[in-house]
Amino acid sequence: MTDFLYTAMLVLIGVSFLCLFRMARGPTAPDRTVAMDALGTILIGFCCISALLFDQEWFVSMAIVWALMSFIGSIALAKYLEGKFYDE
Amino acid sequence: MSDFGVTEWAACILMGLGLAFDCLGAVGLVRLPDVYNRLQATTKCVTLGTCFILLSVAVFAFGHGQVSMAVKALVCMIFILLTAPVGAHAIARAAHASGVQLWKGSVVDKFKEDFGQPDKELDHHER
Repeated sequence: MTDFLYTAMLVLIGVSFLCLFRMARGPTAPDRTVAMDALGTILIGFCCISALLFDQEWFVSMAIVWALMSFIGSIALAKYLEGKFYDE
Repeated sequence: MSDFGVTEWAACILMGLGLAFDCLGAVGLVRLPDVYNRLQATTKCVTLGTCFILLSVAVFAFGHGQVSMAVKALVCMIFILLTAPVGAHAIARAAHASGVQLWKGSVVDKFKEDFGQPDKELDHHER
């Protein structure tokens, strides 16, 4: 099981580098926002695999907080790109 | 973790499914030609893949008696399932409003037919 968890972490690191490639290469700002959203979602899974691997429960709490912050960041960036204020 | 019972097998299968969905979503993010196509690739595949990974963590933790960790993973899964479509919808709307063109092979733009391209210059002068 430990070997499988290490393999899963390596796969997720590779997937994160694909997201970073799109974030560096993306022609427009919404492309980078999409890549940032996907990267946040992938890192939530990474945190939970770390919780299983090191048998520490607070990694899952960190994943919940990360999900919240990623959602707020996506909404704020979308509102900024749309050129509107936050209450409309 | 030496003995490999039913719980471990279920967690491994669910985690493998999740990793496959994550990989496909990332390949779609790199390979597709347009911000809207990339958005629909990542927001479905990556969300479902991460939900599978969280479900496997919940199954494994519940099988090993760590109930609070399992409940936290399930809560995180429900939260991602609720918030990822909202964020994707906001990003797509913002991309269309900020004037990102569709790919040249796209055949229909219902949002532009219904509401028209928003006048961005006027909006910036108002602020």
